[in-house]
Amino acid sequence: MQATVEREKELITRIIAGDADVFHELIRPYERMVYLAVLTMLRNEQEAEDASQEVMINAFRHLKSFRGDAKFSTWLVTIAMNEARQRLRKAKAAPQESLDEGKEDREGDFTPAVLTDWREIPSEALEKKEMRQILRHAVDQLPPIYREVLVLRDLEELNQEETASALGINVPLVKVRLHRARMMLQKLLAPSLRPAAPQRKGFFGRMFQ
Amino acid sequence: MKLECKQVWKHISEYLDKQLDPKLLMDVEKHLENCEVCSAILDSTRNILVLTADDRTYELPVGYSERLHARLEKAIRETANSKNDST
Repeated sequence: MQATVEREKELITRIIAGDADVFHELIRPYERMVYLAVLTMLRNEQEAEDASQEVMINAFRHLKSFRGDAKFSTWLVTIAMNEARQRLRKAKAAPQESLDEGKEDREGDFTPAVLTDWREIPSEALEKKEMRQILRHAVDQLPPIYREVLVLRDLEELNQEETASALGINVPLVKVRLHRARMMLQKLLAPSLRPAAPQRKGFFGRMFQ
Repeated sequence: MKLECKQVWKHISEYLDKQLDPKLLMDVEKHLENCEVCSAILDSTRNILVLTADDRTYELPVGYSERLHARLEKAIRETANSKNDST
């Protein structure tokens, strides 16, 4: 980890000094990270690819403003999230989705779904295209403020502080939103396999109807 | 303290992130041992997150990297040229 940070510092110094081609090497480990961040936000592969390219170009042009107090990856993912948010605002793609903060941050009651099927799905099931689509579709349905936290924490595996910094929110808010995002995801995925599951009767069945 | 299911659900995320304080953790674990519903919810949430984070769930488009570096190369050249022009 520390070796990566040192190596990246060295690359950045060289790029700023004029060896611009080194930038290709600097960003290579983060190509997937940036694409995933913008894809999950924009929900369109073509736009996500274009946005990823813009993110990298912006990072190149503004590399001098990278101070080194955050990790380069966090700095880069911050640019990615800003690009995605900006495009979402411009497109107003889904008017029912709001980027405004506040109203959804209450803790609110939710009832998770009981999924005896999902608890046992082995990862080999991902070889099936249909399975991957079901998962991506569920993530797509989360409102943006929850989706962005879930993506950074659970898909990109940033820690709480890095996620807070990348999104410009505080750590407690990251925790609240992450919890809600995960529970929404769990609940969303429940019905997709319901027809295949045996009907639940009795106490548990009644409780979660 | 004996927890109700609803109280346990509130802590699932922190439980997964191993952020519960020791006392609460004990109460949650005690509940999970005896509650099939909550342990199913916990397991499925964990499983869903593992599946979602799997590299196969989101794949890079074919040729993504090549196109990215080609466009980047162009941008780098343009920046270099504009600098040369201004000096």
